[in-house]
This record gives sequence, C-alpha cells and structure tokens, in this order.
Amino acid sequence: MSAIPTPFPETSAAWKLPYRGKVAMACLIIAESAIFTIFVVAYLFYLGKSLTGPTPREVLETPIFFTVCLLSSSLTIHLASKLLERGKRGAFLVLWFLTIVLGGLFLFGTGQEWHRLIYEHGLTISTNLFGTTYYSLVGLHATHVTAGLLMFIIVLLLGLAGRVGQEQSARVELLTMYWHFVDAVWVIVFTVVYILGR
Amino acid sequence: MGVTDHSYRQAQSVTTKNRRTEWGVVVSRAIGILVLVAGIFFAARLCVASPHGDNPIPNIFQPHSTPAASIYRLSVFVLAITGLIFLVVFCLLVYAIVKFRNRVAQDKREPAQVYGSTQIELAWTVIPILIVVVLFLATARVIHGIQDAPKPTTSVEVTAIGHQFWWEFRYPALGIVTANELHIPVSDPAHPTPTFLKLLSADTDHSFWVPQLVGKTDLIPNRVNETWMDPHQTGVFLGQCAQYCGTQHAKMLLRVSVDDPEEFNAWVRAQKQPANQGEKEIGGRRVFETTACINCHAVAGTNASGRFGPDLTHLMSRRTLASGAAQNTPENLRLWIQNPDAVKPGSLMPAMKLSDADLSALVRYLETLR
Amino acid sequence: MSSDVMAIQTADAAGRPWVETLHEWVTTVDHKRLGILYIVFALIFLVIGGIEAVVMRLQLMRPHNDFVSPQVFNRMFTMHGTTMIFFVAMPILFGFANYLVPLMIGARDMAFPRLNAFSFWLTAFSGFLLYFSFVGGSGLYGAGTVPDVGWWAYAPLTARAFSPGHSTDYWTIALLVSGFGSIGTSINLIATILTMRCPGMTMSRMPLLAWLNLVMSGMVLIAITPLSAAQLMLLVDRYLGGHFFDTQAGGSATIWMHFFWIFGHPEVYILIIPCFAFLSEIIPVFSRKPIFGYPVMVGATVCIAFVSMSVWAHHMYTIGMNSYSNAFFTITTMAVGVPTGIKIFNWLGTMWGGKILLTVPMLFCIGFLFQFLIAGLTGIMLSAAPLDWQLGNSYFVVAHFHYVIVGGILFALFAAFYYWYPKITGRMLKESLGKVHFWLFVIGFHLTFDLMHIPGVLGMPRRIYTFEPGRGWDSLNLLITIGAFIQCVAILVFVANLVFSYFKGPKAGNDPWDAWTLEWSVSSPPPAYNFVSIPVVASRRPLWDLKHPEDPDSRYE
Repeated sequence: MSAIPTPFPETSAAWKLPYRGKVAMACLIIAESAIFTIFVVAYLFYLGKSLTGPTPREVLETPIFFTVCLLSSSLTIHLASKLLERGKRGAFLVLWFLTIVLGGLFLFGTGQEWHRLIYEHGLTISTNLFGTTYYSLVGLHATHVTAGLLMFIIVLLLGLAGRVGQEQSARVELLTMYWHFVDAVWVIVFTVVYILGR
Repeated sequence: MGVTDHSYRQAQSVTTKNRRTEWGVVVSRAIGILVLVAGIFFAARLCVASPHGDNPIPNIFQPHSTPAASIYRLSVFVLAITGLIFLVVFCLLVYAIVKFRNRVAQDKREPAQVYGSTQIELAWTVIPILIVVVLFLATARVIHGIQDAPKPTTSVEVTAIGHQFWWEFRYPALGIVTANELHIPVSDPAHPTPTFLKLLSADTDHSFWVPQLVGKTDLIPNRVNETWMDPHQTGVFLGQCAQYCGTQHAKMLLRVSVDDPEEFNAWVRAQKQPANQGEKEIGGRRVFETTACINCHAVAGTNASGRFGPDLTHLMSRRTLASGAAQNTPENLRLWIQNPDAVKPGSLMPAMKLSDADLSALVRYLETLR
Repeated sequence: MSSDVMAIQTADAAGRPWVETLHEWVTTVDHKRLGILYIVFALIFLVIGGIEAVVMRLQLMRPHNDFVSPQVFNRMFTMHGTTMIFFVAMPILFGFANYLVPLMIGARDMAFPRLNAFSFWLTAFSGFLLYFSFVGGSGLYGAGTVPDVGWWAYAPLTARAFSPGHSTDYWTIALLVSGFGSIGTSINLIATILTMRCPGMTMSRMPLLAWLNLVMSGMVLIAITPLSAAQLMLLVDRYLGGHFFDTQAGGSATIWMHFFWIFGHPEVYILIIPCFAFLSEIIPVFSRKPIFGYPVMVGATVCIAFVSMSVWAHHMYTIGMNSYSNAFFTITTMAVGVPTGIKIFNWLGTMWGGKILLTVPMLFCIGFLFQFLIAGLTGIMLSAAPLDWQLGNSYFVVAHFHYVIVGGILFALFAAFYYWYPKITGRMLKESLGKVHFWLFVIGFHLTFDLMHIPGVLGMPRRIYTFEPGRGWDSLNLLITIGAFIQCVAILVFVANLVFSYFKGPKAGNDPWDAWTLEWSVSSPPPAYNFVSIPVVASRRPLWDLKHPEDPDSRYE
C-alpha cells in the first residue's frame, strides 16, 4: 500500500513561505479582536442607559500610572525579544522579568481599583448596566493579561533553567505579538471607558 | 486568459453512465421544478371564497388593507423578476446537461479546455447588479411608504402589550382595556380611519402578525414599536404570534374584528361600561373576589384590578378563551379554570383548585360579564 | 510515529487487539484520521438531528395533534437546529477540509497536528455536553433539561426569569466550547494553507477547495467570536447578576439579536462556501474541463465573505428598525446575491462545451445547482424588507433555509462523499445504490420543501407545536411529513452504501475519476505521510500536466 512516486518536475527557485507560528498568532489576535469589539460595542451602547446607581463620572479614576506600567511592558518585551534574537540570554531574562513585574503591577492596580469601586462606591457587576459592562470589559482584558503573565512565567522558569536561547526566539516573538495585542486592547479600553465614557 | 483549445486529447477511461438515467435526470428535473413553480404560484393564488365576515385563510396574497396590499404588489413584482431569472438559468442548465453530456462511452477525447471569458463574466456581473438596483428601488419605495406613513388625526390608537401567552389591547383615547380579540373600524379610503398600534411587551419577545392586514412587527420588552393598518373590508381576520415566546407560543392567537362604524361604536360603548353589577351571581362574585383571581385579573367597577392576566370585564364579548385556545363556552370556561393544562399546557394560568360548587358559581358569575 | 503507522497498516489487521486500534484513533494527530473522526461524528449527529426533525413532523402532520407535548416539541426544534448547524454541518465540513487540504496542497499534515486533535475533541465533548441535557435535570421525563429556547436563544427568554434550570446553560456552554474548537481548526487551516503549500504552488495555483476553505476559516475567526462574546455575556447575566440583556434593568433584547446575527449570517456563508469548494472540484472533473473563471471564483468568494458581514439585520427586519436601516440591509442582502449568482454561472460555464459524465457525484452537483438557484431566489424575495414583514418567521423562511441547507449543503456533501470516498477508503461506493439514494432523496426533498413554502404564504408561523385547522395548512403539512419519511429512507440507503461498500466495494485505485488535483496522485487510502516526496507543481492542475505533457496547463496560465 505504498504511494506511487510520481515524476513531478524539480524546482530550482527557493520556496519560502511565512512562519506558521506567526500566521497562527495573527489569526488568534484577529479572533480575539472580534470578541473585544463586541464587548466594547456593548459598553458604548449602554453608556448613559443605566436606570440607577453610580455613573462612570462619579466613580472612575483614570489609572494613569498603571497604564504607563502596562504600555512600558510592551517596550520591555520588545527589547527582550530583540536581545534573544541576538542570543543575549542574560539580558533577555532581565527584561523578561521586568515585563512580568510591570504586567503584574497593572493587575495589582486593576485589583486595587475594583476593591475601591466595590467597597467604597458599591459598584458591582450586578449593580447596573455600567457595572455589568465595565467589569466585563475590563475583566476580559485582565484575564488576557493574566493568561499572558502565566505564559511569561513559564518562559521565565524555562529560561532560568537554561532552555531558552536563540533557537527559541521565533516562538518568543509570538508571545510578544500577543502582548502587544493585549496592550493595544488596553489603549482602546482605556479610551472608551475613562475618556469617552465620562 | 482567453479561450484556449486543447482539443482531442487522449484520456484514461472513466465510468460509463446509463443512457436512460440521463434523460431521466433532465426530464424529471424539468417536470419537478415546473410543478414546483406552478404549484407555488397557483397555491398562492388560492382563492377561497371569502364572503364578508369570514376570512379563514390568512393568505398574504389576499390583502385587505393598504400596507398588506402594498407588500402584495411588491411581491408580485419581485416574483416576476425572480421567476424570469429562474426560467432563464433553468433553461440554460437543462440545455447544457442535454447538449453536452457524454454520449459515447468510448470517446476518450477531452473537450476544448476553456479557462474563462472576460466578456461573458462581465455580462453576468453587470446584469445582476442592474437587476438588484431595480429591485432595491422598488423595495425602498414600499419600505418608506409603509414605515413613514403619516398618522392622520382620525386614526384609532391602540396599545398592544404582549404577554406570555396572550394579547392585551388598550385604547387610551377611548378608555378601554380588553384582551386577545381586537376590534377596529373599517377604513373608507375617502375618509381614512386607520388603526395605529403601539407595540409593547411585558415579558419576552412576541410578534403581531395578521397577514391580510399588515406585515408583522415584533413586541419587544423595553422597546416601543409601531404599526398601522386600514382595513378596507369588514370581517374577521386571523393571525397569531410570530416570534417564539415560550411554551405556548403556538396558542397565542389573534382575532381582528373589522367593524363598520356603527358596530364599532356600539362595541366601544359596551366595552366602556363597568361590569354588570347584578345581584344574581353574588356567590360566584364572592368566590372571584376572595380567591387569588383578583391578583391577576381586573373587572372594572369591582375591587379586582390585577394586571398580570387578561381584563375580564367583558369576557363574554369574546368568541374565544385563552387567546384562541378554546371556544368561549361555559364548559370550556369551567375546564380552563379547573385545569388550564388541559386547555393550554404550559400557560401561566394556575389551576385554582376550587371545589365543584365554588367552580360552578364562579363560572355562572363570569358568564354575566358581557 | 508515521513509520509505526505504516508498519501497522501493512501488518495483518485482524490480529490486533481492538484496544490498540481504539487507542490509536483516540490519540491520533494525523489530519486524515481526524478528518474521518469529524465526519463520522457528524454523521451520527445527522441521524440524531434527523430523528428530532421526524418527531416534529409527526407532531405537525395534522392540526391539534398530541404526539408530543409542547414542551418536548419546543426542545426538539431547539436541538434540531443547534445540532444540525454546530454538530453536523460545521464538523463535517471541517472534516473534509482536514482530510483534503493538506493532500491538495502537497503537505504531509496540517500546520499544528496537536491543535487539530484538541479542536476535534473540544467539538466532540461539546456535542456530548449538549446531549447530556437529555438525562440531566429531571431525566428523560419530558426530555429532561434540554434547551428549549430556539437555536438563536433570544433574550430575554434565556434570562433566569424565563428559563429557570440549566437548559439554557447547556446550550450556552456547549456552543462556547465548540466555538473554541472551530476557531482552533480555522487557525490551523489558515496557517496550513498559507505556510505549507508545496513548491511551485503559488496562491493562484491552489485548488479552489483550498482557497475557499481559507476564506471560510477567515470568516470563522470574525464570525464565531461574536457569538462566543454574546454567550459569555449571557453567562454573566445568568450567573453573576449581570444585565446585558436584562430589559427590566434598562438592557436591550435587540442587542442580543444584533450580536447573534452578526455571527448567524456569516455562519451560513461559512457553511456554504466549503460546499462551493466541493462543486468547484467535482464539476470540472465530470465536465472534463477546468473551472470556468478561476480568478473570478476566488474574487467572488472573497466578495461574499466581506459583504456577508454587512447583511445580518435582514434577520431582524421586524424588530422595528427605521426605514433607512431596513433599506440598507435590503440593498446589502441583495448585493450579496450577485457574487453568489456569478458562481452559479461559472459552474454552468464549466459544464458548457464540456463532456458531462452523469456519475453519482455529478448528479448531486446538478441537484445542488437547481436547488441552490431556487434557494437563492427565495432569498432575494426575503431580502426585500416588506416581503420579509409578511414571510419572515413563517414556514416560507423555514422552507428557504432548508432549501439552502438540505438542497444545497447536503447535496454538495453527498457529492463530496461519493467523489472522495474512494480516496479515503480505497473502495468505490456502489453506483446503483447511489442513484437510488439520489432519486429517493430528490423526491422526498422536493415533496417536503417545495410544498413548505405554501403554508408560509398562507400565514403559518414557525416554531409552533401545533396549528389551527381550516387555515389551508392541513393537507400540506401531511404531505410535508410524508416527504420527510422518504428522505429518511434515502439516508438509510446512503448509510447502507457507506457500510456495504467499505467491505465489498470494488477497489478504487489511485485515480478512479481521472482527476487533476494532487490527492489523486497518491494511493487510496493515502499512506500516513501522504507523499513519498513533496511534489512540485507548475499549474493549477498538476495531474493534467502529467497526463498531457504535450499540452500542459502551465503553458497557458
């Protein structure tokens, strides 16, 4: 039941197609963008429609510092990725760790904000339309940040064990693509929630 | 890439075909499809005699109101164009199958290998686009004509509120509340008295559809929709809820009684009266007012003012019970109160668990609510 | 792994313990095996979904029938729709794509074999989860806690207030999980097609099946995800006290409709585009000509993909949008008919001047052409908002979309079965049985779905467990039910053919149809590694070039 070798012509030109990982990550980003778009649309649609309860203007405080943390982590991860491409494992690990710290700070900031909103202002996901859409949108983003950080921690541990080198730089680059996406989503969420929405 | 010719190449053998089947393919297909087209057309023009008063078949191709008639005219136009497209493509397909089928099994030569033709492809792109433009313009006119119709001051205003699984009708200007059976005046084209319906919902989505009077519009909670109709002919027109709303969606029926002006005014006068306050069925009335009935139902002129269920002030003026699920007879009324699931399983009317005596008294009382 | 598989395949199969075979199938990452798993899974659910349809048709064969209770009926139509879309159509199309795409582009497997397996098992699990609802809750009494909110699950019917218990949750979570499976397979298909084509196979030399599955996969990424988002929102409403669709809190029932149909409409194009792919491969072979207008076929498909994202509210013409919105969606919906019609013309152009061989796959393709034409035209009728105000949510719409799905998609799938079964199993399906299947199914299909247009015109809405007598619907419904039974018999003939031919069918050889794409260059069934050496191609029909070295396609492209 072996295949009959068919006499296909030989090719001389080089045949180069994109790296499959990049294509896959790009597709994932497109799909996730669609999900976030729907949550953003719901948030915008329901602005001003809550029947009761605290409004965005009353309770939201713009998280400038933590936004700076998150956006800086895009820079650090970009630098880390470039360093790994050049084989600089040590420097890569430092910047990678810094990325995790900055991302973690952002999550801490989100948690702090939610604590304030829940306990000082009584705004929960079930309070009113604003509460529902706000926690869902910001929460969805925070979940993606968390997932990213978990992946980064795994890479960090593998890196500390000496298993992450120049050969893995293409795969690490996929994670940086993901992280840039997460940060871009935050730019949009930030604009919609803290700027347009008030 | 123009037309290219690889005529007469040798090819490997292919499976043979049955000669009879080929003709079978073509002829049966042709007959079948033509039967379909004819069938749809003739069935749709099904003209069941509809003497004034009785319209048992809610046929959209027998409109009796301006919006429905406007839609009907558009549908004839669209049907004509799509019918023509169908005939042309159908004939081309049949012709191709007949003319180009492989007749001689032994002939292994390949036909001319044609890759495409820019002119032909352009033609069959441009022509459909033109057809679409024409269809769209005709449609846009009808959309605008129906949806943006002005509301004359002589119109009758009704608010329809959809419930699981019944219709509440309120006439705010006339001060009437009724259920399930809508009475509206016939509209003389010279002096139109259309009925404008405001559509609301108390729970889930519903849809008001009386095919011969107007296309359907949904009743959606937390949203106000509007529709209108100006029936040209008196009679009863049938319809039902057309958006799945739960277990008894199928039995949320509609009866629209189009009355001539005297009948309509008489009906309005009767509906405005409070309930008969006769002493005759005081026992039954007591049962009604001391059990949970008044939590859901209202009877004008008594202390029953529940809004969850239909207004019962003029229950006996309706031909049916439970939004069309049963004829309005004493036996059915008794059964409905005793065991609603026997009439409309899954409806929200609870079984009242009354004793036989109480039940009989109650039914006799309700029979006085004319 | 592949050498082990080869050894196993050539060894005496009878001696192997069944546990070993089972383990192999459960842990496989081979695209061909996963393709077969998807297809078998879908066929099982096709039968189950068919039974649900038969239950409904038995209940509706006469007015005021009491074959099943309203509660059971409502669960039947919910499950029938959900099953057929998510657990029959999607998996079977992914199954064919999985099997054929790597072979047709000269690759050894998909880009991500383990993701492939994971996606399949996600889908399989979600099907199991949805059907577990039959035994959950109150068990099989009254069909348990099976979802009964319709396959669109409109709000606020799905709110806790109106759907207590877990029936809606089964629907939501099962589809959420299967959605992730679909997204995984789509990512896989896109990556495979873009990065694993064999040398010489530029995008413009790819078989149309690969192109159309690429477009379909792209659509999945942006169409399934809105449904996933909406389902997450529904879960927030039902379990975290959210108000996304809570009309009592100022929420909107229509925003669910928008989110659902932004998924729902592209979804039906996602289902039909792979079927266009089957036709685009099969019709040329049985007309003995290349596809007429390859670039336009690609362009029209991409056009359909884009325009179909803008038509969704034609499912919502009756919700009370203003006249400008209704007009907008009318024009976009009519517009999407143009590239779709062009494809029909191109298939006609392929047949024109050719040598048509009326094999069973070709018969099903011809059936598709006639039926899809009619379905498209009834779609044009429905695209006009005022017509939809009358015909929408009636049996006319049910007839229209069954015409597309059964008369179109299922016929194309039958064609694909008869065409590629020899490649997958190494044996030919019995032609006489195939013709019986075809004719029986055509008769049953037309009896049911041609007539079904009429009750719609006469005012019969959909999703009703019973109907009133004397409205002109009575005899039509009886005939429709009879047609359903005829289709069941045809399906039984088909299944019998599949099973019988697996054991007794004549050996197919590499290339029983004298076709031109790469999958016909390998044995039937193909070896685990697909190709001894990766092929190099110079045209759209590499096997034509090999068979006609004096006049290859590469000279003309």
